[in-house]
Amino acid sequence: MTKLRFSRKTLGIPYAVFLLFFVIAPMFVILFYAFTDRNNHITFMNFVRFFSDPTKLSTIVYSIVIALITTVVCLVIAFPVAYILARSKMKKKFVILMLFVTPMWINFVLRVNAIRELFNWMGLLGETNYFNTVFGMVYDFLPFMILPLYTTIMKIDNSLYEASADLGANGFTTFTRVTLPLSMPGIMSGVTMVFLPAMTNYVVSDMLGNSMVTIIGKFIYEYFGTDWHMGSMVALVLLIVVFLSTWLSGGFKSEDTVRGANL
Amino acid sequence: MNKKQVLFRCLKAGFVGLVLLLLYAPILLLAVYSFNASDIIGKWESFSFAHYGKLFGDPVILGMIGNTLLLALLAAVLSTVLGTAGALGMFYSKKRTKAAMHAASQIPVINAEIVTALALAISFVAVGLGKSYFTLLIGHMVICTPFVVLSVMPKLKQMDNSLYEAALDLGASPAKALFKVVLPQIIPGVISGFMLAITLSLDDYIVTVYTRPSGFETISTYVFNATMRGNAHTAETLSSFWALTTILFLVIVLVVVLSNLIGRGRKERS
Repeated sequence: MTKLRFSRKTLGIPYAVFLLFFVIAPMFVILFYAFTDRNNHITFMNFVRFFSDPTKLSTIVYSIVIALITTVVCLVIAFPVAYILARSKMKKKFVILMLFVTPMWINFVLRVNAIRELFNWMGLLGETNYFNTVFGMVYDFLPFMILPLYTTIMKIDNSLYEASADLGANGFTTFTRVTLPLSMPGIMSGVTMVFLPAMTNYVVSDMLGNSMVTIIGKFIYEYFGTDWHMGSMVALVLLIVVFLSTWLSGGFKSEDTVRGANL
Repeated sequence: MNKKQVLFRCLKAGFVGLVLLLLYAPILLLAVYSFNASDIIGKWESFSFAHYGKLFGDPVILGMIGNTLLLALLAAVLSTVLGTAGALGMFYSKKRTKAAMHAASQIPVINAEIVTALALAISFVAVGLGKSYFTLLIGHMVICTPFVVLSVMPKLKQMDNSLYEAALDLGASPAKALFKVVLPQIIPGVISGFMLAITLSLDDYIVTVYTRPSGFETISTYVFNATMRGNAHTAETLSSFWALTTILFLVIVLVVVLSNLIGRGRKERS
């Protein structure tokens, strides 16, 4: 019997096995279900059936519209906040940044419930379903936009602003020619991190939209009870969208995904 | 400073303040009315701990809070061990192994949570595991462990590698060198990974719903069902959630303040 020699590499084996069984294998299971029918015959019908259903298509379109509006509103709010904080010379700006992240640590459903109670008190619950849903999503996903923007704007070298001013650019030109292009990586990761849950996280739309707002994620939930093959197909489409957008935006910035824990 | 600059600064502060106000409005509303005797928000009767009494007097609610905390602790401990060992293994592996594991580890991070949840649930049922506490725990580990790896990795990259070699030269076994030399250098990443795993697990709704055994409730699933379905028992407990939200909020504020103080203390000493 050869004695198993301790090597630092072997430490990775449990995680490699874990990833293989619980991350990679399930993706192939979805792939299999998406292209088979109830009798395990290979078929493209799931795909055809889903995309030829006009009610499904209209839901997809307005789910995308809701996600787009959420993302744009998040960006419009988060950019000035991140910019103001990143450029401020205030000593305590870190504390203010923490204030934006803190509500995120209350349980997600309790947080949505708090907004629900607020809307109920204001008489909006069940009245303005789309507004409520978008508000709830902006509320919940705003920190995902603020954090990557803050870290990218922080990294912009101060001398670039000075150079821009020396070369005669006014504030607006400096913003469009210096700040905006250099914060693009932050904008891209913020957009991916907000857009995706806004399309799929049906907790917000169910609780705040009075069950009148259906988003793509809700399809998967409904199919999970009735038809796994169709459910897998929708999941596969989402999976492809995710990987395409990640690939197009030039990979994922891992430091931005750590949800503020590394601040 | 001229008038225009002052105005501009006020505008900036005002904007940040307004966003913060919106962010805290729902929580503060619940916090205020959690101390109200009435069950109706907006109708102030008298100061009372009635909702807190209801919260701590309801064995069903206490049970689901216990479930949530125990699950988060278990998932976080296991994810931290698995993820830290995984990050170490990846760090010392060949470039290709490292890249492949890193890519696989990123899948649950960038994927929509519902896709992860559905894929796991279908896989578990397909191989006959069904839904049990084990599948739920695995589900939570799938969403937590990649984040542990992500927080440990940067610390490994910053680490001074010659210290490990020095320990070996001085006669330490590789295992001892790992525990006595490498681990202390990456421990801040391990701790933040652990904290992150706890919050991710506490926060989770979707993976929990797809992988939990029947009858098992966490704060997320319980509150969702109570607000959405509102059966007789759960509907009247809605106001105890105000108390729960307030308690959680205060605990979080305390943790944030304490960790800032500790962090500052550590910086001042060094």
